[in-house]
Amino acid sequence: MTTAPPLEIRSLTVAYGDHPVLWDVTWVAPEGLTAIVGPNGAGKSTLIKAALGLIPALSGSAAFFGRPLDEVRNRVGYLPQRASVDWDFPATALDVVCMARYPRMAWWGRVPRAEREAARAALAEVGLEEFAERQIGRLSGGQQQRVFLARALAQDSDLYLMDEPFAAVDAATEQAIVAVLRRLTEAGRSVVAVHHDLSTVPDYFSNVLLLNGRAVAAGTVQQAFTPETIAAAYGGRLNLLEGASVAAGARA
Amino acid sequence: MSAPDFLRLDLPALVAAMLACGTCGLLGSFLLLRRDSLLGDALSHAVLPGIIAGFALTGARSGLPMLAGALAAALAATVLITVVRRAARIESGAATGAVFTTFFAGGLVLMEVSGARSVDLDLDCVLFGQLETVVWLEAQGWSSLLDPAALAHLPRQLHLLAGVAAAVVLIVALLWRPLHLLCFDPDYAAALGLPARRLEMALNLMVAAAAVAAFEAVGSILVVAMLVCPAAALRLLTDDYRVQVLGGAALGAGLGVAGYALAGPLPAAAGLTLSLNAAGAIGTLGGIVVAAAALLRPRAAAGRREEPAIA
Amino acid sequence: MTLGYNTLVVLAGCALLGLAAGTVGAFALLRGRALVADAVGHAALPGVVLAALIVATLGHDPRDLPPLLAGAAIAGIAGVLSVQALARTRRIREDAAIAIVLSAFYAAGVALLSYVQTLPDAAQAGLTKFILGQAAAMRAEDAFWAAAVAMLALLLCLLLFQRLRAACFDPDFARVLGLRTARTDLALLGLIVTVTVAGLQAVGLVLIVALLVLPAATARLLTFRLPRLLLLSAMVGAVCGAAGAAASAIDPDLPTGAAVVLVGAACFTLALLFSPDRGLVAEALRSANRRLAMAQDHFLRAAWEAQEAAGAGPGTAGDRWTPIAAIAAARGWGEGRAWRLARWLALRDLVALSERQVHLTPRGAAAARRAVRAHRAVEHHLLALGAADTAGADRLADLVEHGLTPEVATRLLPEPSALPASPHALGGRP
Repeated sequence: MTTAPPLEIRSLTVAYGDHPVLWDVTWVAPEGLTAIVGPNGAGKSTLIKAALGLIPALSGSAAFFGRPLDEVRNRVGYLPQRASVDWDFPATALDVVCMARYPRMAWWGRVPRAEREAARAALAEVGLEEFAERQIGRLSGGQQQRVFLARALAQDSDLYLMDEPFAAVDAATEQAIVAVLRRLTEAGRSVVAVHHDLSTVPDYFSNVLLLNGRAVAAGTVQQAFTPETIAAAYGGRLNLLEGASVAAGARA
Repeated sequence: MSAPDFLRLDLPALVAAMLACGTCGLLGSFLLLRRDSLLGDALSHAVLPGIIAGFALTGARSGLPMLAGALAAALAATVLITVVRRAARIESGAATGAVFTTFFAGGLVLMEVSGARSVDLDLDCVLFGQLETVVWLEAQGWSSLLDPAALAHLPRQLHLLAGVAAAVVLIVALLWRPLHLLCFDPDYAAALGLPARRLEMALNLMVAAAAVAAFEAVGSILVVAMLVCPAAALRLLTDDYRVQVLGGAALGAGLGVAGYALAGPLPAAAGLTLSLNAAGAIGTLGGIVVAAAALLRPRAAAGRREEPAIA
Repeated sequence: MTLGYNTLVVLAGCALLGLAAGTVGAFALLRGRALVADAVGHAALPGVVLAALIVATLGHDPRDLPPLLAGAAIAGIAGVLSVQALARTRRIREDAAIAIVLSAFYAAGVALLSYVQTLPDAAQAGLTKFILGQAAAMRAEDAFWAAAVAMLALLLCLLLFQRLRAACFDPDFARVLGLRTARTDLALLGLIVTVTVAGLQAVGLVLIVALLVLPAATARLLTFRLPRLLLLSAMVGAVCGAAGAAASAIDPDLPTGAAVVLVGAACFTLALLFSPDRGLVAEALRSANRRLAMAQDHFLRAAWEAQEAAGAGPGTAGDRWTPIAAIAAARGWGEGRAWRLARWLALRDLVALSERQVHLTPRGAAAARRAVRAHRAVEHHLLALGAADTAGADRLADLVEHGLTPEVATRLLPEPSALPASPHALGGRP
């Protein structure tokens, strides 16, 4: 393993149309459990998606373990927002988790037994093994979220980017997810999660990035998660430049 | 009916209906699962100017130029739909409607202007399909099925249909898993490093190719029925992906055969003089199957909601 | 072609039809219901054929329009209800439901039509004209009927104007106000069915949806205000209808529907390209202008800062010549690009050119000072917030300084009157 940080974002600027969402964000994600917090519209999900190349960036770059994403894709796992898919889709929980292993299989034919077992193990990890054959639409919201978590786990990555893993889940599911995240970091993996609930940041995470269009503060929770930085991230005093538009020609 | 008559008139049309509807039924599930059924509607209309142009340029009703023209038209239409949606900021349904009606109208006028209509490719074919013209006059009897000389004269629509069907089946088989992921969660597919955009393009091109090949058999508008109805019926009945996709193909093929048989041969065998447009019968059956599936479904759905869902 | 009475009436009828379709279409588009017209149009075919069959069986003239339109309306409503029933399963979304209904109903119509055509009497006469439309074959009384139905729809639209507006723009708010959007939606569906049916003979059921979508989409490109949008949409619709009828009068073989759609598509394309606000050409021009203004700002600032770097104090960059190569190096531009910009700026009397050097004119110096001030104001603001390091602030400021008014710059700067020194070293960039 190299000593390069799991994720290093350099001067990332992203705009939707003319409207900048992320302004020249530079941030190095440390190892361990990291939360990205900030108000609505702060660009938290955008940061993750742009780092993964799912939306284009105006400028800047992201490196994973010191390399471009294409070279280390198998070391980076992703958990998208639960609401981003149609849960009525004809698939069982096991089918969905198996998707994580698709890059390791041929594009056709049966799913190899070893891959199926790996997917089952990931389901067991989130406590859903007896639901493996259930259609995903028949799972509760919390179970669906855990299926997505299992799918990310099945990628067997060194870094997991998670978009709102705790969104709209009940307390029991939340605790189950936290336990999984802790086990991951104990095994030397890193997690970067978009998080909504400020009150649980110190309990669940060791590092934090406060984001509001810009990187307002970053570091360990003790250093960076202070009343001042929170006020800076959530307060209105950053807004003088709001409404500024990026000149269209700036697109690199 | 004698064997030679069956071979000359009914068998080619039956096979054409089966191939056309089976291919569309196979692809329809992907469109439906991607919540993109309207694209099937749009592409089946939008290929018309491409078909006419391919036909007018080469002067022959042969498969490949028409196929090439249709694929080009389909590509142009998908690109235009995106452009219109973004620039005019209207919902994708309206953008789709604006683009495909324009393409279709352009095709109709092109047909009028190029004289294609008077020669060989006429409006009736576009609107109603021409399964009746798929005939194999060289067939003498069952032995013709093994006679290379007679087989060489199989109608050219069958060649195109068989070629497209084989290609689509092969591509779907080879791209089985990427297509699955693309339908469920395209962002995740991209995050895993799958070429999501190119897969989408491949799917659209397959739909366009199927629409062209099926166009001569069932007509432009009834291609839509075969792209949506079998897939929708299964969507109402099954939660199994494999059943959905393969069942869609099988149901499509079955509907093609059943519709053709109901339109002419069966009534004739029963001594009736009734003879219907085969494509119309196939499409009507498609609608009936969806309605039946929707009526059968509530029991299954109700049972399903009662299952306990504990977090 | 002679403009006979019949032709004139048909022309006027089609124009009125387009007027009504454009108006209803605008509401349908805003409410996201435009494609319902596609389902209604295709679904009308079996209704028309059955109606002709029944009328002929009863011994009447199967070409009489009212029974045919009634049949079309009934089948169209059945189509709409089927779409809603299918969408209620939630497994099948509305777009798929529309595709299912339009293709299955149309197929039933085709099958029925083939059956009717085998009958000895003349029940099928002219029925296929309903598919693609043939305005030239319309009689004056047909045109009256179509126009009357269309006018009815238009009148209803105007009566329900407030309701429809509320339902289109903010359905949730309308519900809070106690307006029943469900009822308004039903009324809108009724209106869509009415104009669709009225347009069947002239435009044809396959393409009638375009008469609702294209004028509305065109108007939407041209204005944001609802009354104007309705007016424009109605006008474009009328033009499409009239043009279709005219084309059909000139060449009766031409499917009228196709002519209508192509005229509508031409209007839409023109609007898409040349709309002053949202047109692609205007957008491209704006973007090119912005890019030029940006490059201009950057060039002038680089010239100014080069002089600062060469010893003129901050804010007093004076009377020096700057090599263009130095400006190109500071911006990371190729020399050719710097040269082209220099010539452009010389043309605008912002710099003087000599040999390979530029010299700011008084106007150029003022513009350069503004650009420098805006840039440093943004840099200063970002640094004061700790939102970026010096290099990051420089890069960000490059992006956003161009929209900055002097007033905002004044609010961002610590000492509004003075031009502060650059927070970073001036010269070539890495």
